[in-house]
Amino acid sequence: MLGFALRRFVQAVIVMLAVALIAFSMFRFVGDPVNQMVGMETSIEAREALRERLGLNDPLPLQFTRFVTNAAQFDFGTSYQFRQPVADLFAKRIPATLELSFTSALFALLAGIPMGIYAGLNRESWLSKLFLSVSLIGISLPTFFIGILLIFLFSVTLQWLPSFGRGDVVEIGSWWTTGFLTVSGLKALILPSITLGLYQMTLIMRLIRAEMLEVIRTDYIKFARARGLSNRAIYLRHALKNTLIPVITITGLQLGSIIAFATITETVFQWPGMGLLFLQAVQNVDIPVMAAYLILTAFLFVSINFIVDILYFLIDPRLRVKQA
Amino acid sequence: MSVLSINNLTVRFPGRKSTFTAVEDVSLTLEAGKILGVVGESGAGKSTVGNAVIGLLQEPGRITAGEIRLDGDRIDQMPEASLRKLRGKRIGMIFQDPLTSLDPLQTIEAQLVETIRVHLPLSPAQARERALELLKAVGIPGAEDRLSQYPHQFSGGMRQRVVIALALCAEPELIIADEPTTALDVSIQAQILDLLRKLCRERNVAMMVITHDMGVIAELTDQVAVMYRGKLVELGPTAQVLGHPSHAYTKSLISAVPRPDIKVERFPSVSYIEEETPPSSAIDLSTHWLGKTRSHEPVTGPLLSLSDLSMRFETRSSVFPSRRRYFDAVKSVSFDIREGETFGLVGESGSGKSTIARLITGLYHPTGGSIRFAGQDLTALKERKQILAMRRQMQMIFQDPFSSLNARMRVSAIVAEPIRLHRLASSNAEVAQIVADLLDHVGLGAAAGDKFPHEFSGGQRQRISIARALATRPRFLVCDEPTSALDVSIQAQILNLLKDLQQELGLTMLFISHDLAVIRQMCDRVAVMRNGELCELADCEGLFTSPGHAYTRQLLTLMPSMELLAASQQG
Amino acid sequence: MGPSGQDQTSSAAPAPSVLRRVLDSDLTHSFLRSKVTVAAATGTLLFVLAAILAPMIAPHDPFDLAGLSIMDARIPPVWMEYGEPRFLLGTDDQGRDLLSGILYGLRISLIVGICSVFAAAAIGISLGLVAGYAGGKIDALIMRIADVQLTFPAILIALLIDGAVRGIFGNLDREIFSFWILICSLALSFWVQYARTVRSSTLVEKNKEYVQAARVIGIPSVIIMIRHILPNVLGPVFVIATINLALAIVTEATLSFLGVGMPSTQPSLGTLISIGNDFLYSGEWWIAIFPGVALAVLVLNVNLLGDWLRDALNPKLR
Repeated sequence: MLGFALRRFVQAVIVMLAVALIAFSMFRFVGDPVNQMVGMETSIEAREALRERLGLNDPLPLQFTRFVTNAAQFDFGTSYQFRQPVADLFAKRIPATLELSFTSALFALLAGIPMGIYAGLNRESWLSKLFLSVSLIGISLPTFFIGILLIFLFSVTLQWLPSFGRGDVVEIGSWWTTGFLTVSGLKALILPSITLGLYQMTLIMRLIRAEMLEVIRTDYIKFARARGLSNRAIYLRHALKNTLIPVITITGLQLGSIIAFATITETVFQWPGMGLLFLQAVQNVDIPVMAAYLILTAFLFVSINFIVDILYFLIDPRLRVKQA
Repeated sequence: MSVLSINNLTVRFPGRKSTFTAVEDVSLTLEAGKILGVVGESGAGKSTVGNAVIGLLQEPGRITAGEIRLDGDRIDQMPEASLRKLRGKRIGMIFQDPLTSLDPLQTIEAQLVETIRVHLPLSPAQARERALELLKAVGIPGAEDRLSQYPHQFSGGMRQRVVIALALCAEPELIIADEPTTALDVSIQAQILDLLRKLCRERNVAMMVITHDMGVIAELTDQVAVMYRGKLVELGPTAQVLGHPSHAYTKSLISAVPRPDIKVERFPSVSYIEEETPPSSAIDLSTHWLGKTRSHEPVTGPLLSLSDLSMRFETRSSVFPSRRRYFDAVKSVSFDIREGETFGLVGESGSGKSTIARLITGLYHPTGGSIRFAGQDLTALKERKQILAMRRQMQMIFQDPFSSLNARMRVSAIVAEPIRLHRLASSNAEVAQIVADLLDHVGLGAAAGDKFPHEFSGGQRQRISIARALATRPRFLVCDEPTSALDVSIQAQILNLLKDLQQELGLTMLFISHDLAVIRQMCDRVAVMRNGELCELADCEGLFTSPGHAYTRQLLTLMPSMELLAASQQG
Repeated sequence: MGPSGQDQTSSAAPAPSVLRRVLDSDLTHSFLRSKVTVAAATGTLLFVLAAILAPMIAPHDPFDLAGLSIMDARIPPVWMEYGEPRFLLGTDDQGRDLLSGILYGLRISLIVGICSVFAAAAIGISLGLVAGYAGGKIDALIMRIADVQLTFPAILIALLIDGAVRGIFGNLDREIFSFWILICSLALSFWVQYARTVRSSTLVEKNKEYVQAARVIGIPSVIIMIRHILPNVLGPVFVIATINLALAIVTEATLSFLGVGMPSTQPSLGTLISIGNDFLYSGEWWIAIFPGVALAVLVLNVNLLGDWLRDALNPKLR
């Protein structure tokens, strides 16, 4: 177990280093960082001094090492467009994005898994067919258009729910703000989380259904039938557990991508999260913010994948023995 | 009263274009403590009979006529809920592949206890006790410790024992075993057959064994039902049916089984089951393109010579050399093959015989030793031109007729490819003519070239493979289990074809098989392999009459006794 | 053995014509049996036709600046109060006819979608084939890159590429280049799935005996890959390509909506929705909703086709 976890950890670190390399190359080679930081009228000497101070004349490996060390300490430099430390900009916005992503993921899992199991087991029932048709529509509607439709229906027409912002937030400690504790905060969460979670929900549902149908065709399910087990035992004890293995992997990936998809939802709902910040950075070529966003999301993905791998290991005895 | 009686059973699979009748008007009965074999070739409908009895017909199959009775109770029209109570409780089932029959994520104990408690009113502790007894009964050593293990921790033979234990959970009165030993090695097969026979006698269970293997029938069964294209053609005591078959199909089938006891020049041609082969307009080999196959430069000494050949695979790679794990598939093997002979290589799975074939044909590169062909050291060749020239002289025929042909290419393109690559013909017209002649010569007819491989049966596809191999005009042919995926009657035809070609074209052959009887019919000299090592190399007749190595003797005793068959083949 | 053993075809029968085989194939049959699929195919075809014929069937030319009048701005659809028969679905803030805008937008969305699918498939298939067939270090390198990239959703990669390209080339003429930047970023975001699928099927095919037979004959690796393996791994590629066409159209629309895709002078469906989004609160819903519905219906049709194709080509579901 320990060896397995260690190996996965090393892999995760390598992925992070690769991402850091990409972020570093963006920072270093996309445009000239010095030109972005100074005004038009700055003299050549002043530019050269800044270049020296930033260490841009050092050998590249040294620069990269410094970049990684700084990133590990949450130092991503100064934003070109806001002239503020990137770390401060993100610190203010991370809680908003994480709360939104968490709520959406919960919604996607709680609705998607039962629907998928039901549709996999009762292939012919009208309810499964309904689930399936709805899921196809859910996959076909672009996320931002779902958001627009929801706003049009519930904010503009019915005026039940707010169409932008987080509502009232409460500060917890000096670095976290939460919308979970106020009515307006919770109301503000509803539309964005449905918008963000709907796509993942349909994916999870379809995936579980498809895996369930595959597993039911295997020999050991046929043999379980020949042993006279009840359908209930076959489905819940044998089919479901075998279905879970691929489902966990892909679900992990999907939940990771929620954080990235939040960019779109945050734009539609003007949600003050880091996705919105990232989008502004892309539009204004604010490389330090882009690089920081890349590293932060990569870190979140890699952490989720690491947890998924460990879960995988706990469920599948074949892996456990091979590693022992 | 009979445990099982099937009366006029007909099973149909309605399809898009036509309805397929898988089983037609089959009637048979089975008594307690007796073993009934249902034998037939692929497509005979024998598995469908078993699935119909247990009520697990594949969609869209339906029983359209007849009845099935278990102890006199009619079960073919039972609702699903009552059928489920029957399965496992009164009818146990054993499937072919033990590797896929068990849930990989549950321990053996969980699966046994679950099945026991569904059928018997036992407490968890009592059920566990019973599970342990069952494991001991099916001969699993250290049953106490193995209960808590997962299926992947058991070998193939042990898994099949677990599957048998699962079938016995509730002391059923009938067990249906569908090809119970087909996926296993001969030595394991013999043990499982012993176990099945013993269980049947001791527990007075009626057993229906479905198999394509005449050897299993002869070894295990009291009665045999012979099926052909969905119909029951002959039913009777095993000794009588095998010794004095009355139906023409049974006679052909038995005569096609290779004889282990004596070498015959050719397999008797079996008229009843001959696949449609268009009459061949025999080509004159003295003038034909193919006849030039004989015109290779003569060699002094052996045509092929292996010395200290070794092959090691890395089974676990690691940065640290000490943590790497290796598997030695071939360990320092040496032998010579003389020009014009058929050299047999025999052994169980994992003995390294297929690896040797792949080493010789250049699919693998050996980790040690050398291969000399016609005086050239193949492992030392570097230039592509030289390698190509060597490749042209040796070709291979593979085991699986369903994957050895590219499904997306027409047969004519498949056969023409080597001719074009090696520039063995000067014009497209000539290539087309050669392809047509080749297809004709292997018994497919020239028109076969326009079709795709999926339009042919297994035996016909193997003929295409042979035509492709001949298309480089090789002098040396490697046949890796060329008939083990084929029905026995088709096997006889393919083996006859190979014999004919060898004589006509003066080919040298390396013939690999796990089947000693086939080896005896085909080979001049034989090498026996086990775990990557050469055990014995002998003259073919000598090996069978006076085996030198202990392992060879063991293999020979494991051959199903064919006395019954032999009697009928002589008569 | 069931009914599968009956494939023995007499070799004397003449080979049926190609057309006959296509019409008689299981694929055609399963297509015609599913009414939804036939409807989806018809729908997709209509969308494609509308896109191709846009200059001929559109009532107005949305790019003809001289024809625009600010007096015609924000006119509602014809069935609403103040609607005008000249503008069936109403107009946007600049007085452009929405129906014409949608037809031209459809054209751009489809071209970007199809081009990027082809580009992504070309990259993915070649890398997947090489990785699967060559194995070893090349395989490890390609697949590690794919793994890292797979951790990020395509939309994020596309955004990053877009940002990087703009950083490198400065503010070059967006009207000309956004089309190419879009296709590149979409292709580079979507190649991974092709590569992984092709690689895993190549690994299976590589060990099949027909490939070994080709090697024994002496056929060079490149030809084995192209002539023998490629045709046998294309089935799943078609499925992915269809589903990815839908995904690429959605991603393009999303990028345009976020303001980094097609500019408003060459609007795709996403750009149109983005423009309309600003007027949603003032009651002019049609400017955003109609292009959105057109986009959703198009993507739904393509998705339905992809779904059917996946099931029809999956041998396990037969």
